[in-house]
Amino acid sequence: MTVAEPHTTLRLNVNGISHTVEVPDRRLLSDVLRHDLGLTGTHVGCEHGVCGACTVRFDGAPVRSCLVFAASAQGHEITTVEGIGRDPEHPSDVQQAFIDCHGLQCGFCTPGFITTIDAFLDENPNPSEDEAREAVSGNLCRCTGYQNIVEP
Amino acid sequence: MTTRMFGQKVARREDPRLVTGNGRYLDDLGAGALAAAFVRSPHAHADIVDIDVSGAIDVEGVIAVWTHEDLPGQAAERLPMLLPHPSIVAPMTGFALAKDHVNFVGEPIAMVIAEDRYVAEDAAGRIEVDYEFLPPVVGVRQARAAERTVHECAPDNVAAHYVQEVGEAPASIDAAAHVLELELDIERSACMPMEGKGVLAQWNTDDESLLVHSSTQTSTGLRAALAAKLEVPLTKVEVIAPDVGGAFGVKINHPWPEELAVACAARALRVPVKWTEDRREHFISSAHERAQVQHVRVGFDDDGRILGLDVKFWHDNGAYLPYGVIVPLNTSTHVMGPYAVPAYRCEYWSLYTNTVIVTPYRGAGRAHAVFMMERTMDAIADRLGLDRAEVRLNNFVREFPHPMGVVMQDGAEGCIDSGDFVTSMAKLKALVGWDEFREYRERARAEGRRVGLGIGCYIESTGAGPYEGGHIEVETSGRVNVWTGLTTQGQAHATVFAQIVADELGVPMEDVHVITGDTRKMPYSVGTWGSRGGVMAGNALHLTAKKVKAKALRIAAEALEASPEDLEIVDGMVGVKGDPSSAMPLAAVSVLSNPLRYAFDESAKAATQFARPAKMDAPPVAPGDEPGLDEQDFFSPMRSTVANGMHAAIVEIDPETADISVLRYCVVHDCGPMINPMVVEGQVHGGVAQGIGGALYERMAYDSDGQLLNASFMDFLMPFASEVPTVETDHLESPSPLNPLGIKGAGEAGTIPTAAVIASAIEDAEGFEIRQMPLDPSTLWELRRHSANGEIDRLRRSAQQTDGPAANETTRTSA
Repeated sequence: MTVAEPHTTLRLNVNGISHTVEVPDRRLLSDVLRHDLGLTGTHVGCEHGVCGACTVRFDGAPVRSCLVFAASAQGHEITTVEGIGRDPEHPSDVQQAFIDCHGLQCGFCTPGFITTIDAFLDENPNPSEDEAREAVSGNLCRCTGYQNIVEP
Repeated sequence: MTTRMFGQKVARREDPRLVTGNGRYLDDLGAGALAAAFVRSPHAHADIVDIDVSGAIDVEGVIAVWTHEDLPGQAAERLPMLLPHPSIVAPMTGFALAKDHVNFVGEPIAMVIAEDRYVAEDAAGRIEVDYEFLPPVVGVRQARAAERTVHECAPDNVAAHYVQEVGEAPASIDAAAHVLELELDIERSACMPMEGKGVLAQWNTDDESLLVHSSTQTSTGLRAALAAKLEVPLTKVEVIAPDVGGAFGVKINHPWPEELAVACAARALRVPVKWTEDRREHFISSAHERAQVQHVRVGFDDDGRILGLDVKFWHDNGAYLPYGVIVPLNTSTHVMGPYAVPAYRCEYWSLYTNTVIVTPYRGAGRAHAVFMMERTMDAIADRLGLDRAEVRLNNFVREFPHPMGVVMQDGAEGCIDSGDFVTSMAKLKALVGWDEFREYRERARAEGRRVGLGIGCYIESTGAGPYEGGHIEVETSGRVNVWTGLTTQGQAHATVFAQIVADELGVPMEDVHVITGDTRKMPYSVGTWGSRGGVMAGNALHLTAKKVKAKALRIAAEALEASPEDLEIVDGMVGVKGDPSSAMPLAAVSVLSNPLRYAFDESAKAATQFARPAKMDAPPVAPGDEPGLDEQDFFSPMRSTVANGMHAAIVEIDPETADISVLRYCVVHDCGPMINPMVVEGQVHGGVAQGIGGALYERMAYDSDGQLLNASFMDFLMPFASEVPTVETDHLESPSPLNPLGIKGAGEAGTIPTAAVIASAIEDAEGFEIRQMPLDPSTLWELRRHSANGEIDRLRRSAQQTDGPAANETTRTSA
């Protein structure tokens, strides 16, 4: 016998839009963004908070959405990679920099880098190379060797 | 003139989509599909006594629970042995779901299909399996000892045994002035792409067909395997590789158990079913690579010229052998590297263990080969008191083509078709400052710093056959559709193939649209592995574009009343050379190429029956001709083309803690003419980063029970930006004579020599022999102790220096 799973109706503010979703209490923010709201730009690489692919801005700060219950995101402003720029014709400055510098290959980790860097540049708009390297040293990339991500 | 795109650092066409969250990776597809989760063996070696699924079936939201007995027909038989080879003496593959027996921790036993992954995993946790334990075989040495056995059919645990010989190596070594022996160890690592595997299967009940999306390196291979296993006509199965989040080899094996089980379930349940691998699953049930124990015996003269090389190695292939012996075979064929070795003997044993299977990981056995040869080169230099670069120069192949005398993974004899190793070495020495390093070391030493310089050279057979194809269609709008069957997982195929086609066809790159890995559009293909995408599909598309161009010129010549030889295509306009006023758009040629009855738009009118003069002497489509500006062609090479490169690194090691930092990393790379140097350099950077991971951080830590102790990103240490140095690159572009574009593969290059180079640098810094990889600080610290105790030979050159501990003059050299 199984007990019916507790659900909660959540109101989430994602990319400036208010969404109402009814989800199980244990559902992760990463899964709600991807599978309930269809914002599949947030990627899931490890589901234990190390790789950084699922990073979103949570009230501006970079946060691993695989370590947050969706319910915990109520009352907070969430920004995903789509919120930073979702139109391929008009990428944001950070997104354009990834294109110009060949900062991605398979592209799977890239949204997590972009959200992380977007938050970092708000704090430190003119970082040194060392500061830039430090800022992304919590995000894993298996393709690029990081060189074109951190180099000016 | 249109600017030639080949050779330009063209920005990637795929990027705007990927940076804005518009990529479509496997788990982004199939909204609403049922989710699969797997029960996996927690034991390395056991008989399955009983499986009780009753607890799972009651879980709300569970649709189905499958064990082996639910698999139909051929799907219940063993998975295919994809690459038969004469050296395989005991072929053994697993099942989609385990039958009676498990051979590694992570082997799938049962599959739960549920409305949602959370529920599927809940239910999987309620399935109870009773096991009878068997003693596991873990690691090469335990497998070799054969006191325990993985499979009854291989009582000595030997899956494959092989000997390749060129000349009489043992006799040549015995006759040589100097002889050295080395024992070398490399541990397991893994590809570890950021996106794991995944599959979405959709059964169409209307026409009884199967559509599969998979995060695979071979959609055509998976299609054929699924059709065979599901016992449906090939034409009823299509496979698409969507955006793939990295692969590095692990996604070439097929069908993975999950791909087959999920496809069977989708057909049986008549609903879409998806499985997305999680990270722990990827660690314990995908594939690993690298573990080998290697023995080298080498004979050489006073100049360090190798006279004979005798190599034996033992390869840990894990529990099963679905991908054959590609890894050890590549090792055996790449040991000689860029050197002229007059006599070579190689013998390998591929051994079963109760651990995750081994399939190619970027470099696929070549890194192990380079580790052997480059450790040997350094040992020879030290034995003779010669400069390490000089010993290499004394051994380099200098005439091309250079037949190697060994049979490669494609069944053809290996041959170094091009290169200039002397020039490459000069470039590398200049880049790293080889001749100035002694002075640098002295300065560092005076500051209390310990630094070392390492070097490594390699060759890589790339662009293996049998073939790849291209299909190009020019729409009446002028849009150029380009299809090739191999898949993409980060290699910029949408860009580099568009460069090739745009050049040949004389159209703007923006008009060229490349699709890869979709069997609906190009059912003939092999896959993306072995640094072959650019060489194989690039040349196939080059040939195809030539055919399209020839046809376009023929049709335009008729319309323009000119001779095809007098025409050219520039910026999408076909006209007489030097006379732009005469030109017509390629789009208009496309209209004319397809005689029409119906005018569906303005441009189509020009192709209708009354819009142009009737040909009195021929039908609208001449015999032997076809409608449309639409062609296919294939490229099939005689043999693999051999790329090469040389790396050097400077490391600094903390004298107290043995913490290792890579201060500089220099690469000279020769993959022939580069289609897009930006992309090639990106491949090299990423390859080096993986190589450094394998040299300093990554190992699969199995305990004696066959449990993988570090199956997470917390414990398996992949390099972050903080661990990877800036890679300095220089290129040599010696063209290959084996294909029209003269290109050689580049995808794996960065990874292949890295462990050897880092070992060389650490050895140089520490002054004692380094014979194993990876090396973390604690392991190196232990090695220092062993060295101080005289258990590890100190380098002769170090023994002559004043700062080291007393030299151990014991030498394994015999004259």
